[in-house]
Amino acid sequence: MGGDRITKGLLFSSSLVLLLLSAGMIFTLASGAIPAFREFGGRFIFSSAWDPTPGKEQYGALAFIAGTMLTSLLALIICIPMAFSASLFVSEYYKGTRIASVLRSLVDLLAGVPSIVYGFWGFYTLRPLIMKTGLSDQGFGIFTASLILAIMIVPYATSLSSEIISMVSTEMKEAAYSLGATRREVIFNVVIPSAMSGIVASFILALGRALGETMAVTMLIGNANIIPKGLFSPGNTMASVIANQFGEADGLKMSALIAIGLILFAITALVNALGKVIIKRFA
Amino acid sequence: MGNILADNINRRSKRNKRFKGLIISGSIITVIPIFLIVINLIIKGVRQINLSFFTETSPDTFQAMTATANGEVIPGGIANGLVGSLIMVLLASALAIPTGLMTGVYLYENKKKRYASVIRSLTDVLQGVPSIILGIIAYIWIVKGVTRGYSALAGSIALAIMMLPIIVRSTEETLSMIPVQIREASFALGVPYYKMMIKVLIPCSFSGLATGILLSLSRILGETAPLMLTSLGSPGINLNIAKPSSAVPLLIWDFYNDPNMVSMVWSASLFLMIFVLSLNILSRSISKNRKYI
Repeated sequence: MGGDRITKGLLFSSSLVLLLLSAGMIFTLASGAIPAFREFGGRFIFSSAWDPTPGKEQYGALAFIAGTMLTSLLALIICIPMAFSASLFVSEYYKGTRIASVLRSLVDLLAGVPSIVYGFWGFYTLRPLIMKTGLSDQGFGIFTASLILAIMIVPYATSLSSEIISMVSTEMKEAAYSLGATRREVIFNVVIPSAMSGIVASFILALGRALGETMAVTMLIGNANIIPKGLFSPGNTMASVIANQFGEADGLKMSALIAIGLILFAITALVNALGKVIIKRFA
Repeated sequence: MGNILADNINRRSKRNKRFKGLIISGSIITVIPIFLIVINLIIKGVRQINLSFFTETSPDTFQAMTATANGEVIPGGIANGLVGSLIMVLLASALAIPTGLMTGVYLYENKKKRYASVIRSLTDVLQGVPSIILGIIAYIWIVKGVTRGYSALAGSIALAIMMLPIIVRSTEETLSMIPVQIREASFALGVPYYKMMIKVLIPCSFSGLATGILLSLSRILGETAPLMLTSLGSPGINLNIAKPSSAVPLLIWDFYNDPNMVSMVWSASLFLMIFVLSLNILSRSISKNRKYI
């Protein structure tokens, strides 16, 4: 029986690794963020100052929190019609057919493209298009970044919502058809209401993805440490400011960047938890 | 009366058709980017890909500038990135795969325990952590704490933390689809637990486990952000894990920041994407051809 005990011990200790890892991460982020919070207190979250000049250093996260929220929410809004059509295509209109599985694989492929390739592609193809519209001189900014982000999160939203839509009971749909409903009416009166919570959860989880996306956004958002003034204004997100400035940072600035990391961690964890709770509760 | 009804039906069926058209066009718009990206990369990237692209290290700005000015193919390749990526991914796998598999088995065996559900939620949290934050963590733990400088080891740790939750969850999900009878049969024969695990659980769920591992690999291969904070990059091939090291995505980032290297970015991106996408497709095709589950 000794072998059994060793195996079980081994399994348990590997699960401990996960526990220690998570605890260690939170502890490390929190302790790294202490100097910034001690220096600026609550102002750190509500100030948009970002001045690394030695002697009068001022750091605040508000501009980056705003940048992250704006890009992610806009990306979500752009993503909703795309993911919604793709899920209905796969799980309702062409359910079980070859064309549905082709579409599903194509959407899945979008999830496999590395973030840096999206950024690079966006830089050379999307940015010139946006410059042509005349809405932005350089083509960088919130809108460009959101557009790429939307494409990047579509597969995550689609895979979950199409799964939920395909689980809607056939009896209910057939009942509606037998009353003479058209397909559109069945979708709006039966499918969507019964799959609503799952669809919402899938979009919340996709939002969680968008919040932490780094490379593509860094390459397209224009990297200005200000609260974006409009959709075509440049900005910075929490992830992109870390990617841009962490390498040359030390002292208080390093701590400020770690504090931004901690805030980002908290926001994504909350958003993901919300998505998971909705799925567990209703779907 | 009859007229009104017919009108009504006409209108409803028209709206029905319009909606279907909307959904179909929406779906087409959704998949257009993947075609655009692939075609774009192939057209602009294929020119640079030759044998030396894989065997030589990255060129410096001057070489690239002269070559571009003379209308030649930029010399050099991505060998330093390939070696760096290989080392970091292998090291990350060596750390994350065993731990992930064992934790997955633990969660499966102790489904109802409170501790297991805590671990399960932590896995979910870990899976949602943005990769750049894992870069910060590995920077503080390894770059500052262990190797006293940017290093491939730090990069591997960041990648390993990224892989771990994916493997844990896929392992647990795969195992929970194995019929209980198979386990019970082996216990009935008096097989000790670890043997049952190695000879029954793992072989039965092999394709599922492989899918999870390949998926996690395809996720980390294209990761750039955490490596920027940890392994930094290096112009030459580096085999020492305590020293800075390049990686294919890091090279793309370097090329991108150098206006003379634009055509190298296309080629390196093309290569990286083909590699990641094939892993992705491979993992999905394995999961389709599952034997037991």
